[in-house]
Amino acid sequence: MDASDGLNEPRKAIALISGGLDSMLAARLIADQGIHVEGINFYTGFCVEGHTHAIRNQHRAKPKRNNALWVAERLNIKLHIIDVIEQYKDVVINPKHGYGANMNPCLGCKSFMVGKARQWMEQNGFDFIITGEVIGQRPKSQRRDTMPVVARESGAFDRLLRPLCARLLPPTLPEREGWVNREKLLRMNGRSRKPQMALAKQFGFRDYAQPAGGCCFLTDKRYSHKLADLWQSRGEKRYDLDDIMLLKVGRHLRPRANFKLIVGRDDGENNFLHGYRRQYVHMFPTSHKGPLVLVNGTADASDLQLAARLTARFSQGKEDEEVTVAVCNTEGGQQLVAVRPMSPAEIPGDWYL
Amino acid sequence: MSRHELDARRLLCPLPVIRVQEKVKTLERGDTLDVLCSDPGALNDIPAWCRINGHKLIDTRSEGHHITITIEVG
Repeated sequence: MDASDGLNEPRKAIALISGGLDSMLAARLIADQGIHVEGINFYTGFCVEGHTHAIRNQHRAKPKRNNALWVAERLNIKLHIIDVIEQYKDVVINPKHGYGANMNPCLGCKSFMVGKARQWMEQNGFDFIITGEVIGQRPKSQRRDTMPVVARESGAFDRLLRPLCARLLPPTLPEREGWVNREKLLRMNGRSRKPQMALAKQFGFRDYAQPAGGCCFLTDKRYSHKLADLWQSRGEKRYDLDDIMLLKVGRHLRPRANFKLIVGRDDGENNFLHGYRRQYVHMFPTSHKGPLVLVNGTADASDLQLAARLTARFSQGKEDEEVTVAVCNTEGGQQLVAVRPMSPAEIPGDWYL
Repeated sequence: MSRHELDARRLLCPLPVIRVQEKVKTLERGDTLDVLCSDPGALNDIPAWCRINGHKLIDTRSEGHHITITIEVG
């Protein structure tokens, strides 16, 4: 047997493409063996994307690219981006293997994604799945003892090939059948990135993404804290896409249990938050330049007064005696209130989420 | 060949790309699709998606905070 199916059609592999270097290298290693490779990328809603940050003005000088698309283009392969927002909720809300350091359900997430890739493989007549996993690279999901768990729970079993560390693992179906040459696969392990960087240099890959905290907001301590606060305020673990988008944007303060404020930090964020003006009571200063602020929750008149004073605090009138703030309802009605900006001493540190 | 429109305003990338991907599956070769977006990342991502998948970028236009990207299904 070789890399064809006997009818002169090459064997086909679907590669999980995160946009990072490891999955890029894994896909390239297999494509170089004559396998037809296509990429698959899952959008959970928690993905760290360059242009989520680019909502903020200060990042606009940086290139706005989707790294998975960028990788696919460099590899000259097709990329299928799959919306798994709804199905992924169960992974986050009921993590089968618990959370990592923050709200990241890493092992459950990996099993889920490989499982989705397995379904796609079966529906589209592909032969096996590739990931960029490396033994010991991640403390939760990429360990020697967790790799069989992912293979089993995803239903991929021995059709799951990890080219970067395959020679440290038992041979998979593509290796046993001779679709790929095991001798050309690698034995990477550990947290060092040097072997990957050396291989990238060998392949001529430059400008690849090197996300410091991985590709998921759930690994971020501050984001996880905001998500936990959201669930606590609701009394249940529940979210929709707007909820988790808004957790990525603005400064979040919870002055009282029944409401929180989302404060735009610059024009880019103000513009983004403006898109929610029909869903949330919102406010902005009219006498001075300042933020757009969404009121998330149920706020009475005294809450709105407090919110207006906080809005004034983040305006250019923060040192003035009085700032006029427009308080707007979701129907477009507007009321002007004159308030004294809060001083920093009046804002307890634990209001900041 | 017909002309279609997709409203992807207020969606952050990659959702505009995903919506384009879903819409294009329902169209015929040679059809034109106008995609309305508000995330500037779409200016990079939708053309990249077109190049990877064999579709043609016809035009991009910006008006205020909104962008229109026109593609031809390949």
